[in-house]
Parts: sequence; C-alpha cells; structure tokens
Amino acid sequence: MNIIETKKVCVNYDKKLTIHDLSIQIPKGQITTLIGPNGCGKSTLIRTIARLLKPCNGSVFLDSENIEQKKTSEMAKEVAVLPQSSDVANDMTVQELVTFGRIPYRHRFSSLSKLDHEKIDWAMEKASVQDLADRHLSTLSGGQRQRAWIAMAIAQDTDTIILDEPTTYLDLTHQLDVMLLIKELNEKEDRTIVMALHDLNHAARFSDQLIAIKNGFLQKAGTVDQVITKENLRNIFNIDANIVEDHGKPMILSYDRWRSGESA
Amino acid sequence: MKSNLRYSLQITVALLVLFLLLLMSVRYGSNQTSAGTVFNAIFHYDPKDIDQRIIVSIRIPRVLGAMLIGAALAVSGALMQSVTKNPMADSGLLGINAGAAFMLTLCFTFFPKMSTLNTTAFSVIGAGISAGLVFLISSLKKSQMSPTILVLAGMAISAFFTAISEGVAVVANLKQDLAFWHFGGISAVSWAQLTRLGPWIIIALIVVYFMSSNLNLLSLSDDSIKSLGKNILSIRLLALVCVVILSGISVSLVGAVAFVGLIIPHIAKFLVGTDNKKVIPMTVLLGADLTVLADLIARTIDPPRETPFGIIISLVGVPFFIYLARRDGNQI
Repeated sequence: MNIIETKKVCVNYDKKLTIHDLSIQIPKGQITTLIGPNGCGKSTLIRTIARLLKPCNGSVFLDSENIEQKKTSEMAKEVAVLPQSSDVANDMTVQELVTFGRIPYRHRFSSLSKLDHEKIDWAMEKASVQDLADRHLSTLSGGQRQRAWIAMAIAQDTDTIILDEPTTYLDLTHQLDVMLLIKELNEKEDRTIVMALHDLNHAARFSDQLIAIKNGFLQKAGTVDQVITKENLRNIFNIDANIVEDHGKPMILSYDRWRSGESA
Repeated sequence: MKSNLRYSLQITVALLVLFLLLLMSVRYGSNQTSAGTVFNAIFHYDPKDIDQRIIVSIRIPRVLGAMLIGAALAVSGALMQSVTKNPMADSGLLGINAGAAFMLTLCFTFFPKMSTLNTTAFSVIGAGISAGLVFLISSLKKSQMSPTILVLAGMAISAFFTAISEGVAVVANLKQDLAFWHFGGISAVSWAQLTRLGPWIIIALIVVYFMSSNLNLLSLSDDSIKSLGKNILSIRLLALVCVVILSGISVSLVGAVAFVGLIIPHIAKFLVGTDNKKVIPMTVLLGADLTVLADLIARTIDPPRETPFGIIISLVGVPFFIYLARRDGNQI
C-alpha cells in the first residue's frame, strides 16, 4: 500500500520549473530514498510531499487524501520533516528542541501532559541523546546535533518521517550512526521513511525503494537492484560505475567519468 | 525544579527593585518631599496641599508612564529579536521611530497649537503607517515576512520618512522643537495620556505573554515551524502588531529612546535562559526597572533642570552594547 503518491506534479521554485510531471509512489512501512545529482529537484520534491511547497500542477496524496485539503496542524500529526539546514536555534538545549516535537499535540494554553513527557524521554532515548538533554545545541558535535534534531522528529510521533540529506556534513562514523538509527525507526517502530541522500552506497544498503531524479524528471524508480545498475548510473550521474555485491546489496566499488565512445 | 526556584527568586528581586524605585521616584525630584507626604498623597489625598498635588498630578503619572514605557520598549525589542532572528534588532527596524517622528514634524509644522495629547495620537498613527508599509513590502513576495526582507524594508522606509521629516524640519525651522523628542524625555506624560494609551500597552503585554511559547518556535527555520503544524505568518504578524502597539505608543510619548529594547532582552536571557515564558516577564520587569531608574536620575542629577533620560540610558547602553557585540563576535 502506498502512503504517499504524487500524480503528475509540477513545481515552480524561484520562478523556474524544477519538477516536471512527476508521478511517484512511496510504499508504507518502507524506506524510500531519492537520489540524483545536485540541483536535480530532490529537495524540491521532498518539500513538496511535506506540503512545504505548493505544486503548480498535479497533486500529492497522503493516505489517498489530497494534502492540499489537509490542515497544516493535521499534517504535523502524520508527517514529521527534518529539513536540510538545521543550523538554527543554537542557543536552546536538546530537551527544549525535542519538546518542540510535541507541538502538534498541544492545546493553546496547556502545559506538557504526562504523555508528552513520556514521548520526549522515549524520543531522546531512541536517538541516544538523553545524556545531552541539558546541553546547548551550539556545544554539540555535528553528529550529536543531527541526532537531537532526529529526536525532535521522533517525538512528533508520526507514521511517516521525511529527512532531507540527514548525513550531510557528518564524518563517516556519524553518518553510519544516523543511518542505523533511521533503519531502526523503520524496522522496530514501523515508520515509513522518505529521504534524500547523496551517498549511493548508503542509499543502496539502507533503502527498500529508490527513486532517481534528473533535471526534475523521474529517471527510474524501483527496488535497489532495479535502480543501481551500470546503465542507470550512467544515465543519472554520467558516471561509469564499477558495481559489486556486498551483503546481498549492490555497492559501487569505484567510478569514473563516463566518456562517450568507450564501450559501457 | 531548581531552575524554577531560581527564576521565582529572580522575579521577586526584580519586582522588589521596581517597587522601591517607584517609591523613590515619587518621593524625589526637583523638589523633595517627605515620605509622609507621599503616603498622604496616595491614601489621604488633600488637593489643597501643593506638594501632594505635585505628587498626584505630575509625579505619579510620570513614574507609572516610565514603568509602562520601559516594559513596552524592552518587550518589543525582545519580539523583534525573535522575529528577525537577529540579536541586535529593536523596534526601530520596523520604521516605527521614523514614522512617529515624521507625523510629529508634520504636526509641529502645520498645527503648532495642537495639544500634546493630539500630537501623541498622531505620532502613534505615523508609527502605524510606516510599520504597515514595512509589513506590506515584506509580504509582497511570497516570503512570509522573511527576516531579511523585513529588515531591508524597515531600513528603506525609515530612511524615506527620516528624509522627509528632516527636510520639512529644516524648511520650517523646527530643529529645536524636535531635538528634545529625539533625546527622549518622560516629563510630558499626563494622566490623560496614561489612561488613554496605558491600557493598550497592558493588553499587548498580556498577549505577548500568552504567545511566548510560539515565540520560542521562531528560532527554528520556516520549514521546521510549518512541519510542526504552525502558521508562521500568523505568529510573525501577531508579534509585529504587538511591536507596533508597544513601541509606537512608547516612542510617541517619550521619543526615540534607544537601547532599552536592545539591552534588556539580553540581560533577561542572561539571567533566565532562552525560554520566552521566562524571558518575557523578566524583560517586562527589567525594562521597567531601567527606565524608572533612568528617569529618576534624569530628574535628580542636575535639579531643577532635567537631563534627557534617553542620554542616561544610552550612557549605560553603549558600553553594554559593545560588550555584547564583542562577546557574540568571539563565538564566531
């Protein structure tokens, strides 16, 4: 069953048409990753399905309901979003940040309920930031800070979590930590994950479905094995990739610029 | 729990200081009165006693005015800093000071006999008009009042109104009359002004307190706020309308007093942390403390003359501002 579906979506961003006639399906309970070169429209698509951008044509459906008909406050109980640039709010503590995740459930003047406190503690524990609860974000390392932001998204307690390049600027250990955390959320908590990633090996290792986008057009969508092929990578990234198999998943061992004329 | 106890203690101290300052302000001035006269003036008012009359009809409204205006300016500074995500912002950035000065210049030029009550009303309108223009410009593009566009529009509108009022002032030879307004002074606050304008300030302060958890949110990115299910535009708009009411009225009453809005929120955050539920009440009290104190000094430092109290606030404010700028600079 598809939790999110776009039907012939076009999106304008900065007066340029960045997404053209895009129809994708995101299955419930799986990890779906958007891949593609810089500027291909990954972030724009992520923001469109999160209802942060309005498509100029076509529609986005969440649980077969057009998201334009949904209230912002209803959306917030169903989809949590971790935007790309989370480098603001540095003077607040981790606990304060994670508490924001409960906003969709709070009534105007009421204070935090028992359930809110439980969910906040649970989210901090899941993301392993409970020991950092009283630390200011500005004093954390990049990896700790990203885990704190993910904890906020977890505290929002939604069926779907959307993340835009969650591993950018992190070293390889912290990248792995974040990816394992996302995998755990998917497997143990049964969350649907939609994310954009640059690292194709991470995408291949941790995703169930891949959606490749180039110049705002859908290039290829399907399982990891269907998408990560020599031919597709040549079309999407213009690279000549040497693909091997690792733990039953395709892995790019090395790659070079693809030159026309040479046999592929 | 420990931090809550500390917060209660801090609030209590700030309240006590305010109470003490209010009493001293009512008692001391260009002519000294005894504590007994103050007591009688408040509890057994005798209109025939000239000292009591000075206290009731001049000093008390002035001191209450100083208190409200200090709170209003400080809170509007805190709001502006949250909305623009810029620690150096204050309400002047919305074109409020320039708009108020513009209307005041027009009143002085074309209706020189107009009463203070009416000129104040007009400069509140001027502040509203220029802030309204800034809102309009910054919401033209679908920018949802983005901080950068807001600040740029505010600077442009300020420059525009300042240019016109300076021009008019030069032509009409008004420099003298406007000078005192630019330095700021509370001497003119009367019961009539207080009863008409004071309630607005109090209502706006209450509204700000109830939106303080939304103000915390403003430190997140627009995308994050939206994905938490909140409408950024309405949060920003409500905050800015409160800024216009709070500082528009203050500026019209006492002039373009700098630095209260800039420094008080920072001191408050230094004391109580970043949660606006605590920052806003602390900002209210500290703003009132500083302004009442500055007004008291302004009246007593060189009697019977009055030193414009904007000067006193700036004398305290500038060194603190430099300290802050240096401290923030070190972090980068």
